[in-house]
Amino acid sequence: MKKVYCKIESIVGNVITVRAEGVRYGELAKVETRFGTSLAEVIGLSGDLVSLQVFAGGRGISTKATVIFLGHPMEISFSENILGRVFDGSGSPRDNGPSLAEDLIPIGGPSVNPSHRIIPREMIRTGIPMIDLFNTLVVSQKLPIFSISGEPYNQLLARIAMQANADVIILGGMGLKFDDYLFFKETFERGGSFSKTVMFIHTAADPTVECLMIPDMSLAVAEQFALQDKDVLVLLTDMTSFADAMKEIAISQDQVPSNRGYPGDLYSQLASRYEKAVDFDTAGSITILGVTTMPGDDITHPVPDNTGYITEGQYYLRGGHIEPFGSLSRLKQQVNAKTRKDHRALMDCMIKLYAAYKDTLEKKSMGFNMSAWDNKLLSYGECFEQEMMDLSRNIPLEKALDLGWEILANSFTSDETGLRSELINEFWPQNKDS
Amino acid sequence: MNGTKGKVFAVNGNMITVHFDGPVMMNEVAFIETDGRKLKSEVIRIKGNLCSLQVFEMTKGIKVNDDVEFSGDMLAVELGPGLLTQIYDGLQNPLPQLAKKCGYFLERGVYLDPLPKDKDWAFTPAVEQGAVVSCADTIGTVPELSFTHKIMVPFNLSSTYTVKSIMPAGHYTTKEVIAVLTDDAGEDYNIHLSFYWPIKRAITCYEERYRPNEPLVTQFRLIDTFFPVAKGGTYCVPGPFGAGKTVLQQTTSQNADVDIVVIAACGERAGEVVEVIHEFPKLTDPRTAKPLMERTVIICNTSSMPVASREASLYTAITISEYYRQMGLHVLLLADSTSRWAQALRETSGRLEEIPGEEAFPAYLESTIAGFYERAGLVRNRDGSIGSITVGGTVSPAGGNFEEPVTQATLKVVGAFHGLSRERSDAHKYPAIHPMDSWSKYKGIIPEEKVGYAMQLLIQGSDVEQMMKVVGEEGTSLEDYIRYLKSTFLDAVYLQQNSFDKVDKATSPERQKHVFNNILLILGSIFNFADKDAARIWFNRLRQKFIDYNYAPWQSDEFKAIESEILGMIKETSNGLDQIAEAHIAS
Repeated sequence: MKKVYCKIESIVGNVITVRAEGVRYGELAKVETRFGTSLAEVIGLSGDLVSLQVFAGGRGISTKATVIFLGHPMEISFSENILGRVFDGSGSPRDNGPSLAEDLIPIGGPSVNPSHRIIPREMIRTGIPMIDLFNTLVVSQKLPIFSISGEPYNQLLARIAMQANADVIILGGMGLKFDDYLFFKETFERGGSFSKTVMFIHTAADPTVECLMIPDMSLAVAEQFALQDKDVLVLLTDMTSFADAMKEIAISQDQVPSNRGYPGDLYSQLASRYEKAVDFDTAGSITILGVTTMPGDDITHPVPDNTGYITEGQYYLRGGHIEPFGSLSRLKQQVNAKTRKDHRALMDCMIKLYAAYKDTLEKKSMGFNMSAWDNKLLSYGECFEQEMMDLSRNIPLEKALDLGWEILANSFTSDETGLRSELINEFWPQNKDS
Repeated sequence: MNGTKGKVFAVNGNMITVHFDGPVMMNEVAFIETDGRKLKSEVIRIKGNLCSLQVFEMTKGIKVNDDVEFSGDMLAVELGPGLLTQIYDGLQNPLPQLAKKCGYFLERGVYLDPLPKDKDWAFTPAVEQGAVVSCADTIGTVPELSFTHKIMVPFNLSSTYTVKSIMPAGHYTTKEVIAVLTDDAGEDYNIHLSFYWPIKRAITCYEERYRPNEPLVTQFRLIDTFFPVAKGGTYCVPGPFGAGKTVLQQTTSQNADVDIVVIAACGERAGEVVEVIHEFPKLTDPRTAKPLMERTVIICNTSSMPVASREASLYTAITISEYYRQMGLHVLLLADSTSRWAQALRETSGRLEEIPGEEAFPAYLESTIAGFYERAGLVRNRDGSIGSITVGGTVSPAGGNFEEPVTQATLKVVGAFHGLSRERSDAHKYPAIHPMDSWSKYKGIIPEEKVGYAMQLLIQGSDVEQMMKVVGEEGTSLEDYIRYLKSTFLDAVYLQQNSFDKVDKATSPERQKHVFNNILLILGSIFNFADKDAARIWFNRLRQKFIDYNYAPWQSDEFKAIESEILGMIKETSNGLDQIAEAHIAS
C-alpha cells in the first residue's frame, strides 16, 4: 500500500515540495493536477522536505493535490515491441498504440567502463563527398551538426539515417516543431525504415521538464539494443533546446549561472549523454548524430562550444553546404588510412588549397590584381564548391576521390599541389599536364 | 575507521549533508550506505554537527536517515610496485579488473585494490638490521618491468628510525611485512612493499629543488626548436575544440624523452583513453625497445564519470608522479584537460552555495591551479639521485577565448605556453601551435640566437602577408615578397609535421639541429629572382623537395640524395648569405 500525501508546502515554477519520509533521491511520484495526473521526480531532499520536479509543470497544481511516491526512478519499457512506436517525454505513447508497462529499464544509467570499449574502426558510408572524403563518419562516433535555424539540418540528419545502414534508428526530438516531427515520420515511412525506428518526441508545445527526459530515454533504449549486438544510430535534434530546458529549470531553482545563464554543469550534463556513444568489444554499438543550433551563428555560444569539446567533431552546415572549415571528424584517421592510399593526402591538400582560395577571394574582393597563381586558385575554388560541396551529390567515396584529382588537375600542375611525388605518379589524371 | 557515524540529512545532486556524532576531519573519506552498497565520499565542509560530503558516485536512491560511516583517513592512493601499466579511474580503482567483476558498466560502490595483492615481488634488501633510516630512504628494491623500484620508508614517517628487522632477499606480496622500524620512543612500525599517501598533499621528501635546465625532447620541431619544454618544468596547451590538443598530448606521451609517463584523462572523451589503452601495448618505447605501456600509468576519469572523482583524478595522477620522482626518475604528467577539472571545482562550489567569482568559478581557482602546477619540479633526492616531474596541461577555454579565468590562472604559473589556433588547425597545419602567440622560458636544443633569427623572419613574413592584404601583391616589393615566401617555406617544412608519416611525425634532436642549419641557409640567402612568379615557382619546387626530404629516414641514402639536390638548388640560385645568417651557420 503506497502512502498518499496531500499537503503541498510550496509550488515554485515546476517544483513542488511536500513533507514525506523514506523517499529516495531520484524517485518518481504521481501528482494529481487539475488537468490529470503527471509524473514528478525527486530532485532534492532536506530532512523531511521533499522537492519534486513536476513533468507537466506547476500550472494547475493545488496545495491539496495528492502525491503518491512510486518507489522507483524513471523507467522505460524495452522490448522488440517498441520498434515502430512513438513516445513522448514521459514515456507515454504518442501514437495510438497501447502503452507498454513491461520489461522496464531505468534511464540515465552508469557509464561504460572504458576497458570494454574498442577503437572505432568502421566507416559509415553516407554518399555525401564532404562527409565521406573530408570528414568521414565512423561507427560509434558522436557528432553534432552545427547550424543556424533555417538550415536543412533535419533533412541532412534524415538522409544520413536512411543511407547509414543501421540496425536500429532512434530519434530523440526535443523542442521539435510538429511539422518536423511529421517530416521525420514520413521520411522513415517512405524509406521503409519505420519498422526499425523508435521515436521519443518532445514538441515545442510540450512541458519543458519532459524535454530533459528525451536524451536519457533514447539512449537507455539504444544501450539495450546495442547490448543485443545491434548497431544503433541515435539522432538527437535539437540539443540546444535540451540545454535551454536545463537553463530554464536551473534558473527557476536559483542556481548560480555560469555563462549566459546556463548552469555550471552544462558540460557534464551534455557529456553524460554524448558519452553513451560506444563500440562494445563483445556487443553492438551506438552512434550519436545530434543537431546543435547556434543562436546567431555564434560558435562560441555556450551550447555549441561545450558540445564541441565533448563530441568527436562536428559538421558545420551553412548556406546549405557542409563547410570545409569548422567541420571535423576526429575519428576519420581511424578509418581513412584503410580506404585508399591517396585519401588522407588528397584530403589535406584540397583543404589547404581551398584555404588559399579563400584568401585570394578576399584579395579579389578588395580589388587587387590577380596573379597567375591567384587565377588558378580561383578556378580551383569555384570548381571545388560546385562539384564537391553540393549536398545533393550522392556518390561513393572512390568516385569522390577520383573527382578530387580531376578538380586539382583542372586548375594546377602537379608540383603546385605540394603532394608527394609517389601519389602524383599513381593518381594524377593521365591526360593532364604533370 | 575512527568509529564516527552519521545519518543522511539532505541530498542535493552529488552533495550530501550528514548529521554526525563524533570527531570528523576535513577531507576525511566517508561511506554512505544505501541498498547494501557503500558509496565513497569526501567531507568538504563542517558546520556544527552537520557536514557536507561530495559523493564520488551517482546519488540516486539515497534516502534521508541512511547510515554514514567515517573512515578516519583522508583520500589517499596506494603507492608501491605494480603501478606501471595500470589503468585507474580518478580514485585509483583499476578499470580492467572492475570490468571483469562488473561487466560493461561502472557499477557504483565497488572499490577494488589498486595494486595486485597476490603478486610476488622479488625483494632485495638495501639496509641491514640496526641501520638508521628516515623518510623516503631506500630499504630495498624490487624489479618492476625495466625499472628498479625502490622500496622506501613511507613518507608519513617523519622522524628517524632504527631498522629492527628486515626480510632477506626473496619473493613477497604487498600484504607481507618486509621490515620493522623502531622510533626513538621505542614504538614499532611495520613496513610493507606499498603504503598510502593522501593525494592532496605534495610529497616533499627531497633534498633540494633545482631550476629546470635540461630540455625535454618531444620530437616536435616546433616545440623542441622554438618553444621548448624543460625536464621539471610546466607548460600548458590551450586551444579551442578541434585544434588538436589531445592528439598533441598523445603524440608527446609516445615520443617524450622521459622514464615514466602518467596520463591523466580528466573529464574528456572515453574514446581517447581507449586509443591509448589499445595502442600503447603495441607501440615500442624508442629508448628501451619495450612496449610503451611499460612506462605508462593511465588515470582515466572521463566526462561521463562522476564529477567529484574528476576533481580527485589530477591529484591522484600527480601523487603517483611524485612517488616515481622520489626514485630518481624523470616523469611526465600529461593532464587533459585542466579546464574540466576546474569545472568540477566550479560545480562543487556552486552546490556549496559559495559566492562565485568570475564566470561562476570559485575565488580559490587561481591558488588551486597554482598549487597543482607547483607540484612539478626538478629535484635532488636525499640519495643524490635526480628526478623530475614535468607537467603539461591542456586548457579548453570557453569559446576558444584565452581571456577566460582558467587560461589566465594557468598562464601565470607555467614556464611555456603552446597556444593552439583555430586558424592553423582549419588549414590542416599540424601541430596547430601558433608561432606568434606562444612562448617558452626554457632553453631548447638549438641556441636562442639562431632560433631568434628564424623567428624574426617569421614575424616579418607575417607582417608582409598582412600588408599584402591591403596593398596587394603588386604593391609589395620583390624583396618583401621573398621574405614572405621564406617565412611560409619555414612554416610549411619545419614548423609543420605530418602526423601520419612514420618518419616526419617524430624528429630526433640531431636531425632537428642538422636540418635547422639547412633552413638557415635558405632563410639567410640573398636571392635575385626576375619577378615574383619566378620566386614563387622556385620556392614551390624547393618546398616539394624539402617535404620529400622530411619523409626520408635520417641519414638514409635517400635522405642524403635529396639533401644534395636541395643544396644544389640553393647554390645555383643564391647570391650568398647575409652576414648574420653566415655567423649563425658558422657557429
